[in-house]
Amino acid sequence: MIEFLQQLIDGFSQGAIYALIALGYTMVFGVLRFINFAHGDVFMLGAFAGLYLGPRTLKLFGAGPSYIGAAAVMLLAMLVCAVIGIIIERLCYRPLRERPKLTVLITAIGVSLFLENFGQFIFGANPKSFPELINNRAFELPEWWGQFSALTITISQVLVVAVTLVLLIAMRHIVLHTRMGMAMRALSFNPVAASLMGINTDVVISFTFGLGSALAGAAGILISIQQPSIDPLMGVNAGLKAFVAAVLGGIGNLPGAALGGILIGLLEYIVVGYVSPTYRDAIVFGVLILILLVKPTGLLGSSEREKV
Amino acid sequence: MLEIKNLQVRYGTIAALHGISLKVERGSIVTLVGANGAGKSTILRAISGLVPVADGSIEYEGQPIANLAPHKIVARGLAHVPEGRMVFANLTVMENLLMGAYLRRDRAAFPKDLDYIFGIFPRLKERRKQTAGTLSGGEQQMLAIGRALMSKPKCLMLDEPSLGIAPILVRTIFEKIIEINQELGITILLVEQNANLALEISHRGYVLETGRIILEDSSEALRGNQQVRECYLGGE
Ligand SMILES: Nc1ncnc2c1ncn2[C@@H]1O[C@H](COP(=O)(O)OP(=O)(O)OP(=O)(O)O)[C@@H](O)[C@H]1O
Ligand SMILES: [Mg+2]
Repeated sequence: MIEFLQQLIDGFSQGAIYALIALGYTMVFGVLRFINFAHGDVFMLGAFAGLYLGPRTLKLFGAGPSYIGAAAVMLLAMLVCAVIGIIIERLCYRPLRERPKLTVLITAIGVSLFLENFGQFIFGANPKSFPELINNRAFELPEWWGQFSALTITISQVLVVAVTLVLLIAMRHIVLHTRMGMAMRALSFNPVAASLMGINTDVVISFTFGLGSALAGAAGILISIQQPSIDPLMGVNAGLKAFVAAVLGGIGNLPGAALGGILIGLLEYIVVGYVSPTYRDAIVFGVLILILLVKPTGLLGSSEREKV
Repeated sequence: MLEIKNLQVRYGTIAALHGISLKVERGSIVTLVGANGAGKSTILRAISGLVPVADGSIEYEGQPIANLAPHKIVARGLAHVPEGRMVFANLTVMENLLMGAYLRRDRAAFPKDLDYIFGIFPRLKERRKQTAGTLSGGEQQMLAIGRALMSKPKCLMLDEPSLGIAPILVRTIFEKIIEINQELGITILLVEQNANLALEISHRGYVLETGRIILEDSSEALRGNQQVRECYLGGE
């Protein structure tokens, strides 16, 4: 029982990170109808931004790890990733806007491979240890929790879930209640009609890439706080899982991406805990296939509704 | 208000318009009639910046607008109600109307404009909280027109407003088009296959055939024209 709860806790915080990355896939799909396969690598760049900017930024807020310092590092990484995401769209995808989707898709794979190899070239292929942004430790659970006080809940886990929640609420607000969000939704429903409303579609697309990439950057920092060893290929697996999460939740659907991320995280940890770590990915993808067989639009997707 | 000279548009290598020239006077209703595939929608799309102009010029209020981005053209007061209406099916009627006002900053004036639109199309008022996808074809057409009006256009382009709509609603919509023209002073460029009706409400007409203008005259004269009567008015 305790063991199962522990897997759920660990899986949930891992899933929150997948959810953040999945949002980027799903938003870009919403406005452009294509999968940005380089998105996982933007997440990796977010982690490396933290690696290089972290120590310097922390110094500004006193010597050691601090929450305010960590927040500053995360915001910086988000900014760096937003700029990178916007540049990728501008340079690689926009010139192909009128081309068949397959062309853009293959380009995205190319960009992904480029970033992975460029990362190995610049940062080195070996894992790097991530600076300590906060004093991460497990909470002392009170005695009166009885047997539950044997659970391990770390500060970083709580932080990851809390930050993800805040970012999700912020995203929801942007999409539903701002002018830019209105434009994003219009664009995802019908690009021609959107431009006839006076919406500058290029700006909206840039914004979408910026926003999605910023979330990936935040995820890059959050995962590095939890698992402080980063390498240039860390985006491959995380990106794939997050993509699966987005499809599972119904690609193009924001709450779906969040739900999909959490489910994938939980599933992974349950499989690792109760089946075998070896079969983790096989079972995760197997479940995806099963769910898509039953509901091809994903859990919350319904053919043409609620895009972005 | 709108003057087009020698407009040429190609889809890939296929020419859809072979040098169209036409003029829309301020305050008038001008209609384009022609068979399927003649290039009527293409003219509107080129004016709106939705398809690239290969050659020729488009002047709006004395300024060249050919090949400007669509949002810049809307900003100048040229609204386009596209073929097939293209309402945002997942948004409510109200949200659709507000989407039309996307470029406007004068939120304070919205209620007055909404009142006007609900005045000419009371159905929209009744259904303002309903999602647009649940409206009938005619109601969607009203919504598309209302949405375009929310941008406060000086010139309104309508692409086949009668398409797929119950005949009684077609009458209503055409009456409202006259009203919009007369009461708001909005110039109208109307594309219609229902040439009878279109020539009845418009001042001037152009007849299009496979990407060329073959006839132009006052609407009254066109309605009397033998060739037009045979080809487009059901040959009475
Ligand atoms: N996206 C496109 N790609 C290729 N050819 C096109 C495209 N859109 C239109 N055409 C062609 O251009 C020509 C003009 O089309 P257009 O839609 O302007 O005609 P229309 O007069 O509006 O016809 P309808 O009455 O059917 O709406 C047609 O021959 C059509 O096949
Ligand atoms: Mg047409």
